[in-house]
Amino acid sequence: MTTTFQLRVNGRPAPVTCEPDTPLLYVLRNDLALNGPQFGCGLGQCGACTVLVDGKPVRSCVIPVRAVGKAAVVTLDGLAKDGAPHPLQRAFVEAQAAQCGYCTNGMIMTAKALLDRDKAPSEAAIRQALSGHLCRCGSHNRIVQAVRRAAAGPA
Amino acid sequence: MGAMPQASGQLTRRRFGLGLGAVVATFSLVPVGGRAQVVEGPPPMSFAKNKRLEGWIAVSDDNVATIYTGKAELGQGILTALAQIAAEEMDLGLDQVRMVSASTARSPDEGYTFGSQSVEQSGSALRAAGAQARWLLVAAAAERLQVDASTLKVERGRVRSADGRQLAYGEIVRGDAALLERDVSARVRPKPRAEHKLVGRSVTRIDLPGKVMAHGVFLQDMRLARMAFGRVVRPPSPGAVLETADEKRVRALPGVVAVVRIASFLGVVAEREEQAIAAAKALQASARWTAGALTLPDENRLPQALKSFARDDTVIKETGKPPEPATVVKWVEASYSRPYLSHGSIGPSCALASFADGRLTVWSHTQGVFPLRGDMALALGLPPQSVDVIHVQAAGCYGHNGADDAAFDAALLARALPGRPVKLQWTRQDEFAWSPIAPAMLMEAKAGLSAEGRIVDWNYELWSNTHATRPGQPGGLNLLGAWYLGEGHHVSPPLKIPQPFGNGDRNAVPLYELPRQRIVHHLLTEMPLRTGSLRTLGGHGNIYAIECFMDELALAAGADPVAFRLAHLPDPRARAVLQAAADAAGWKPGAASDGKRGRGVAYARYKNISTYVAVVVDIDFDRASGKVSLVRAVAAVDVGQIINPDGVVSQCEGGIVQGLSWALKERMRFDALAVTSVDWAGYPIMTFDEVPPIEIHIVDRPDAPPLGAGEATVGPASAALANALAHAAGKRLRDLPLTPERVKAIL
Repeated sequence: MTTTFQLRVNGRPAPVTCEPDTPLLYVLRNDLALNGPQFGCGLGQCGACTVLVDGKPVRSCVIPVRAVGKAAVVTLDGLAKDGAPHPLQRAFVEAQAAQCGYCTNGMIMTAKALLDRDKAPSEAAIRQALSGHLCRCGSHNRIVQAVRRAAAGPA
Repeated sequence: MGAMPQASGQLTRRRFGLGLGAVVATFSLVPVGGRAQVVEGPPPMSFAKNKRLEGWIAVSDDNVATIYTGKAELGQGILTALAQIAAEEMDLGLDQVRMVSASTARSPDEGYTFGSQSVEQSGSALRAAGAQARWLLVAAAAERLQVDASTLKVERGRVRSADGRQLAYGEIVRGDAALLERDVSARVRPKPRAEHKLVGRSVTRIDLPGKVMAHGVFLQDMRLARMAFGRVVRPPSPGAVLETADEKRVRALPGVVAVVRIASFLGVVAEREEQAIAAAKALQASARWTAGALTLPDENRLPQALKSFARDDTVIKETGKPPEPATVVKWVEASYSRPYLSHGSIGPSCALASFADGRLTVWSHTQGVFPLRGDMALALGLPPQSVDVIHVQAAGCYGHNGADDAAFDAALLARALPGRPVKLQWTRQDEFAWSPIAPAMLMEAKAGLSAEGRIVDWNYELWSNTHATRPGQPGGLNLLGAWYLGEGHHVSPPLKIPQPFGNGDRNAVPLYELPRQRIVHHLLTEMPLRTGSLRTLGGHGNIYAIECFMDELALAAGADPVAFRLAHLPDPRARAVLQAAADAAGWKPGAASDGKRGRGVAYARYKNISTYVAVVVDIDFDRASGKVSLVRAVAAVDVGQIINPDGVVSQCEGGIVQGLSWALKERMRFDALAVTSVDWAGYPIMTFDEVPPIEIHIVDRPDAPPLGAGEATVGPASAALANALAHAAGKRLRDLPLTPERVKAIL
């Protein structure tokens, strides 16, 4: 039964009308035209679709829209403030921490959740936080460096 | 400054022509006089099909150059390297070039983006075209400013005279819009290396800001007006024939706008993506298929299976005479294998197609827009000029994945809905089970050692299915969907690709000093699993086997692995990378393992004509569990002239991670009917906690031609890892992957 949900995405109200069990990913991408979360597996295995729901990284390909409720959803599209890139976005470019960039969304979103609770995570903590995210181009070490760089703040 | 003609005659084609005699016919520009030099040697190969300068470069009023390349960004950073080359030659800033990549509508035809050849091919074309364009612009400025062209300097697209007057490229083309409309010429001398400001420097990848800012750069991010969503329903096993499907019921499901069934091809289009998914599921549940005749081999007896397939044998190299029996004091024999491998792209294939007024437009992440257009046009019964294929970036591509097949699937669905664009997304299962996979390979080696510890006889044979089944290949129509249309389309027969490129036999001829060698390629002509091109083709399997075998020979000769290789390696560039990697890793000749820590080395020159690489891998080995932990990888690479140093490092790091992951973990699984590795749980790859620190050392060769860096490290990384494990374990596992249970089985 098609239902209208009053989502809150990237700080704005976002009403969407769809079946309640529609994965959040499709609503974000197709109804709200957001480009951050990507479809990678639809199984919650790779992390490319990660968004923050009330600050926690969530695989948007497996969470139905009805489960989101009034929680604040933040996507990569919403990280920049007044056009200025988020420190993680800046750090990923500075560290050249991507080749194809398809997994980057998930890396940045999970790293943001990590940095929000631990301002200076160890390298091991970063690797641990990202261990559920797959990268196929082999940019792993650069991604870890980018997160460290963002944590260290502007030089 | 680049080549600077002294002639400053009025810049019309006619005047140019009159002054240059025989060149009139083609309007080619030959710089005359002064220090301008005519380039000797053959023109860039990409000019053969793309003869017009305006097809490569356009300058607009706002002083921006649009650079057209036939190569595609696959995540390897090629557009940045090409932008550097073009901007360098034209004396523009990197921010003043706009890259347009592979498109049948707009770009030059440069075939496929593969084989680490883009810098060599498109790069040399853009270098020549850029030099010619700059020469034309400067000559035009000289005419306008009434000065000798040799007195002009260019910076950021502004031509300045000695007396301080200036004219921007944009202003010049405003005055003569047809200035760059002429035949391309490779005869203007490009800038000497000493004057390079952009080439040779690490620059920020031009595509990364858009990606990290979610600016919608991916094909998946395209949204066209009235766009509908498509899914295809694949058979339960390859070759199965569709008997029935409840099309009527599925057509009545919410949002469904079309169910497309053509013989055994089945797909659905809906208003919303989740509706397409639901409809595809319903369609799949209702479909009844008859399995094809195909039976897959036993995945646990791959070497035996490969030897049993029908085949076509070629002796690809035979030199020297077998040595006198007495000169061989020791024979060493070994058999190596690798399993079928998946591309494992993070994004399953995707395509967008629109069919209107008899014209088809397809947006695809294909590696070859022109060949894909050809095969699609053939399959759809359309003239090729009624089909356009436009490359748009998607997730990283490491070869022939499902991109082309998805493009054709999208075209079939869009044809059923004229006027409505269809976005077709493959599922994770579609990508794993239906895209071409890399062939399993078997390599057998036998060599004789002399009393002096030299290799005096080398015999090597390899068995592999074809690594080349792309669209555009003769004798078939290489699009998955086409095989199910009931029209008799089938895959091309296996292709023999001559050395040194090779197919499964890529890198099968070692570059070691081997007075007597015999190398046989058994090209398998029976293909139960659909195979295709993955990064390095057969290069991975052959480098893995040869470099493991070199270690086994060194052991038999009582020699250190690095010293043994050096003793058989005449090429100074090869020796340099091997020595550099050994030095950087702190290689200790003859160091024994404590049974826990292992160290291995491997060397290769990719395709025997491209990048030189040596890799040293350190591991920790847990004998009780058989588990290998990677401690460090150190590589030295020689890519000739470097366009973007950080780009080279990044590509080499990526190749090492992939080579380590293939060797350590990867294996496509299947049963008698179909592939069973259909998600990431069934096909694990290396993750953050497993990737070791990686150091890349570049051996700078500024005067050597630039070589591609994308593939060279993969094979050596796998081999160095296997050698490290043999070092620590004291025994060798020759069949990949080196998973704990398999390691334990040999202890």
